[in-house]
Amino acid sequence: MQFWHLTDVEIEALRLSLWVSGWAVAVSLPIGILVAWVLARLRFPGKNLLDGLVHLPLVLPPVVTGYLLLVLLGRNGLIGAALYKYLGLVLAFNWKGAVLAAAAMSFPLLVRAVRLSLEGVDQGLEAAARTLGAGPLRVFFTVTLPLMAPGIITGLILAFARSLGEFGATITFVSNIRGQTQTLPLALYTLTQVPDGEVGAMRLCILSVLIAMAALVCSEMLARRFAARMKA
Amino acid sequence: MEIKLTRKQGGFLVDAAFEGPESGVTALFGPSGAGKTSLISMVAGLMHPDAGRIQVNGLCLFDSERHINLPPEKRRIGYVFQDGRLLPHLSVRGNLTYGMRLTPANRRFVAFDAVVELLGIGHLLSRRPARLSGGEKQRVAIGRALLTSPAMLLMDEPLASLDASRKSEVLPFIMRLSREYAIPILYVSHIMDEILNLADRLVIMDMGRVAAFGDLDDLLSRPELQPHLGTEDYGSVISAVVDEPLDASGLTRLRFGGHWLKVPPMPAGRGDQVRVRISARHVAVALRAPEQSSFQNIFPGKLDQIFDRGEPFVDLRLDIGCPLLARISRKSFSDLNLKPGQPVFALVKSVAVSLGAVHAMPDESKVPPI
Repeated sequence: MQFWHLTDVEIEALRLSLWVSGWAVAVSLPIGILVAWVLARLRFPGKNLLDGLVHLPLVLPPVVTGYLLLVLLGRNGLIGAALYKYLGLVLAFNWKGAVLAAAAMSFPLLVRAVRLSLEGVDQGLEAAARTLGAGPLRVFFTVTLPLMAPGIITGLILAFARSLGEFGATITFVSNIRGQTQTLPLALYTLTQVPDGEVGAMRLCILSVLIAMAALVCSEMLARRFAARMKA
Repeated sequence: MEIKLTRKQGGFLVDAAFEGPESGVTALFGPSGAGKTSLISMVAGLMHPDAGRIQVNGLCLFDSERHINLPPEKRRIGYVFQDGRLLPHLSVRGNLTYGMRLTPANRRFVAFDAVVELLGIGHLLSRRPARLSGGEKQRVAIGRALLTSPAMLLMDEPLASLDASRKSEVLPFIMRLSREYAIPILYVSHIMDEILNLADRLVIMDMGRVAAFGDLDDLLSRPELQPHLGTEDYGSVISAVVDEPLDASGLTRLRFGGHWLKVPPMPAGRGDQVRVRISARHVAVALRAPEQSSFQNIFPGKLDQIFDRGEPFVDLRLDIGCPLLARISRKSFSDLNLKPGQPVFALVKSVAVSLGAVHAMPDESKVPPI
């Protein structure tokens, strides 16, 4: 076996990891921006509660988050049963569940980064745009969002990396099914549990490091391009 | 325009009302913290008054009784902020056209090319705001507001963040603006020199209230408003016409109300409208016309009013066909035994009308150095 040649299991795990993480980020980004906006700009009773709820996955043991997801969204769970009954949607023990687990775990990181960038946006600029004839929605999309771009990119990369590494909540909520929910970390874990798995585990380890590095370099390049655009 | 509004913010109450014609430049003058910026923020719709009514060009923007409160984007009010507030992610061109493109084509009366030329920003169009100087930023900010074809322009100390040379770079453009476009301008400032250059009318604000409003020349010539204007700036403003830009004696001769006023030579042409400011401290009073004196300007008139606030000096308002303020010492006042209605001569040295206080009226070819 050549070193550069990936096995079927590895390709499967890699593809699934990218697929799950991509979806997790895509799903949580719009919601994350909305939640960040609500937390940064609105004042309402229960705001601290929402803030705490969003940050819960960051401080809870991932297994607990996974178990809560199972209780709430499993086939017989409080919300899961309704989802299955009315939408025919099953989240437990398939890749959609893995997306949800990854999204829940990376959500606080995304919201934090986006919120920070939103709080850095000068509201005077938004006011100026209003006086130029732009309504609130147009101001958001043509002024606020572009000015938040660096923070959104940071949030995206953080969330993507966190999703790639997601293990505890995933294995608790959707188990470790090859081709369905067995992402890179789960595949790595599986290999460490079998005899003679060390070489395979090391290969997955290197693969994980490479992906993480690529993501970081990407974010750095994008952030620099945005910074340069503001000054040109 | 008609503006009448109240708003309580913390312990501070803004309670202001004034009105004026829909043209020319109205200056909003007052010390820092007088509520000037709050007032125009409310006119722009960025701040919500507790009660009142705002009407501009026949359009009601706010009326608490009729529950009218147009959002800023519907008010058609151009706002030039003190700090420019250009959108950093757009080029100069993008900033200029941002509001223009949101204005329906059939309502635009300000052309892009004309504004770019008027403000001299043609060479900056592709730059980002971060690469502009302070003066350039403010010119772009003015152009951006102008290009929305607004019913009124609000300018909140647009020169305050600029140093003296940048000021003189931007001021002439604002002067031209009020001439070239028939857009009323509400101009906030606490610098009397700027106001003398620009404004036709004056609203004096103090502690959130309007202390007085009316024609600039008239208000500045009223001694009772002097505490609001600051003692240093105290003096008369006279609108005059240039009669002889350079006479035989090397002075510029101005004509106003049947009088001639000789002032140091100024860069203006015959027939130019100028506004002259004569500091009250530099006006002397005599009971008889001096026969041999250094005074170039001697105006016969009468003593109109005496303002004695118990200070070491006494302020007088003389009537020489128009009001002229004089400040003389208490000693001179009692020596002359002055009474209201008494005929007097006002004496003004030519050099007392310093160049800084002589302003050519907006006429682009002859804008004086500031």
